[in-house]
Amino acid sequence: MNTEFFAAWIDEIAATVRARRDHLTELDAAIGDADHGANLDRGFTAAREALAGASPPTPGALLVLVGSTLIRKVGGASGPLYGTAFREMGKAFGEAAEVSPAELSAALDAALSGVRRLGGAAEGDKTMVDALAPAARALAQAVRDGLKAEEALDAAAAAAGQGAEATIPLQARKGRASYLGPRSIGHEDPGAASTALVLGALKAAASR
Amino acid sequence: MTGVANTSQGRRMVGIVLVSHSSGLAAEVAALARQIGGAHVPLAAAGGTEDGGVGTSPDRVAAAIEEVDRGDGVVLIPDLGSSVLTARLLESPGAVVLADVPFVEGAISAVVAAGGGASLDGVLAAAEEAWHVRKL
Repeated sequence: MNTEFFAAWIDEIAATVRARRDHLTELDAAIGDADHGANLDRGFTAAREALAGASPPTPGALLVLVGSTLIRKVGGASGPLYGTAFREMGKAFGEAAEVSPAELSAALDAALSGVRRLGGAAEGDKTMVDALAPAARALAQAVRDGLKAEEALDAAAAAAGQGAEATIPLQARKGRASYLGPRSIGHEDPGAASTALVLGALKAAASR
Repeated sequence: MTGVANTSQGRRMVGIVLVSHSSGLAAEVAALARQIGGAHVPLAAAGGTEDGGVGTSPDRVAAAIEEVDRGDGVVLIPDLGSSVLTARLLESPGAVVLADVPFVEGAISAVVAAGGGASLDGVLAAAEEAWHVRKL
């Protein structure tokens, strides 16, 4: 997976987030402040523009630029969180021109650690961690099983989707929804839902 | 570090930045804290997004840090959610630190302490005392 692959990933994310913008906002209206779709749309659109302007030379540089752009442009809590995730992935790639599924798996672990460190959320708190952590585990397992890149990304995307869906019965313990207490039960967490979209886009980029 | 340190102005002064989702909330708490704690304290409000919406702008917070930094450290006081995460991203050990405190009471305590020439640790400790101040 090279720089073009990761640029395609960001394109896929921007398109998916745009298409699912109202859905994300509806999820956020139920237990948050109804801006998740709009915030991410603004952030990933800005990230795509930043990439077009800068043409970063490596996957690492590309993801660090995406992360920094998200931090500056998203506006909500997902800016620092997604921004940190992308920056940590980028840093994990270093100067490499091409990365393997094993390196992508290590980078996703780094993203997860960064998000957990910044937000303090654990699995089960009804946050993006509930989609990101199972995806990172599924990708690591796929790499250990020697799956091809596309199958490995498929497994990660599926795990993220299941993780997001599994947030529905949970009571939020972190983030804006935690102020609602038991009223947060019965709704899918918007951050977990968008994380599933982001990882689904990785799979889409691989099958381009 | 205790006592009055020497800076370029001759007197130690820790800077304070109030970080909020709302530019109005940050500005009004700053006005209140300034009135109680003294107009001489380097204090800035960084609230809302750049387009005037509800949210947090890292660029605004970074500019506010620069504005209040006299070389003696800066305390960031966020309200909640993205303000906290944005403030955490801009922390720099020993120089720019986050105070995990009630927004209004913490801001006032911090400004009063900074106005009295407290060190960075002293301002942080004063802000944290706000956890124990009951209203009744």
